[in-house]
Amino acid sequence: MIDLQDVHKSYHIRDGMIEILKGINLSIDRGEKLGILGGNGAGKSTLIRLISGIEQPTAGTIERDMRISWPLAFTGAFQGALTGLDNIRFICRIYGVDHHNVLDFVKDFSQLGRFLREPVKIYSSGMRARLAFAVSMMIDFDCYLIDEVVAVGDARFQARCQEELFVKRADRALIIVSHDAHYLRLHCKRACVLDRGVLHHFETIGEALQFHEAIMAGPV
Amino acid sequence: MTTPKSAFPLMESLRIQWNVIIALLLREILTRYGRHNIGFLWLFVEPMLFTLGVTALWTISGLHRSSDLPITAFALTGYSAVLLWRNMPTRCVGAIEPNSSLMYHRNVRIIDIFISRVMLEAIGATISFTLLGIVFIMLGMIAPPEDFLKLIEGWLLTAWFGASLAMLLGAWAEESEIVEKLWHPAAYLLFPLSGAAYLVDATPKAFQNAVLWLPMVHGTEMIRDGYFGTKINAHYSASYMIVVSMILTLGALALERKVSREHVLE
Repeated sequence: MIDLQDVHKSYHIRDGMIEILKGINLSIDRGEKLGILGGNGAGKSTLIRLISGIEQPTAGTIERDMRISWPLAFTGAFQGALTGLDNIRFICRIYGVDHHNVLDFVKDFSQLGRFLREPVKIYSSGMRARLAFAVSMMIDFDCYLIDEVVAVGDARFQARCQEELFVKRADRALIIVSHDAHYLRLHCKRACVLDRGVLHHFETIGEALQFHEAIMAGPV
Repeated sequence: MTTPKSAFPLMESLRIQWNVIIALLLREILTRYGRHNIGFLWLFVEPMLFTLGVTALWTISGLHRSSDLPITAFALTGYSAVLLWRNMPTRCVGAIEPNSSLMYHRNVRIIDIFISRVMLEAIGATISFTLLGIVFIMLGMIAPPEDFLKLIEGWLLTAWFGASLAMLLGAWAEESEIVEKLWHPAAYLLFPLSGAAYLVDATPKAFQNAVLWLPMVHGTEMIRDGYFGTKINAHYSASYMIVVSMILTLGALALERKVSREHVLE
């Protein structure tokens, strides 16, 4: 279970403080699939960062008793000067995974071949994303965070991603942040709408989408 | 990571932190030294070259005629101590920025980056000091240390002082850019004052009183006391160094906590 109690997050800006999240309450159970909708600047990415634990809330508490992934297919978590293999070994060590056991999987999945021995900084964005997805799958998380739709690689690679994430890991919790109504309907049981730092809860995806669309249609 | 739940949460946390620090350490070795030419051997070959160079310079410039101490041992103890306390802060100031991509992994904390860098510097300086010492002793250039335990004690206290200063300045540098700007001249100016190039006993009383406020002078004197023992009259207080290091450590941990809470990833 992940439990957020009255979570606030403010950032320092040039002229003072700006509050991005204004008292978020949210809990996610094991295996639950949750969608989070919200327009630009609503605080979605901030919320994901707080849930994954890479940034700390200004006030409030976040409790976790699940292993939570970093935002999926996220390519920023690599060290450019190191090779793909070195990055894999590093991440394995951090998460206490023996890299010998997962190397074949990553090699096969990422289809990077001999490029795994080259520094990540020479990779194309597609290659990086493939490596990132493969690496996210190599560690066994209880909850996966997805920031925007995972659309990486060609159709065959995408099919494999779908298979790995939604079929083989059907019992895991998912938190999906997206604008894509179809994608959310397909994968989530319930959804929340984040609007200017406030989280609105809904029982069904339909209600959440309706509310989201109303906000988007309203005055800016 | 919180699962699997251990019966001893602290042990579990320590195990995770140890894994992270080792991973950072290995990564640091790779990014700094790479796999080309002698690779990670640079870790101690670089400080060895520094120490050898300084030893040679001091010998040629005739510093050895000003006292009856063997100049090789004098330079080895003095300059190795400088490398130990001075390189750790230099490596920790501005350490977070190049590593920020690693912090997308929740288990990697700012303190882990500091600890891994401090450890690496300490390991490098210690291997360099030990190897050079052994080689010089085997070549008959210097005598073995008189009081080995005191030497180690002085070395460890100097390392603690350097590490606490490093973490304090490293965290502080995140708050203010001035720290980085001021540390480099400070490190440069502190070198001649640090006791590496002189014995406190050989300086005027007024100078002694002033310079003994500097913790690294105590560390260097202690190392020399362990090395030369009866041949010199060392001036130091281990408890002074311990108190200073303790205060610095406390400040460093408090500031690291604040910086860590407010840290924003790109």
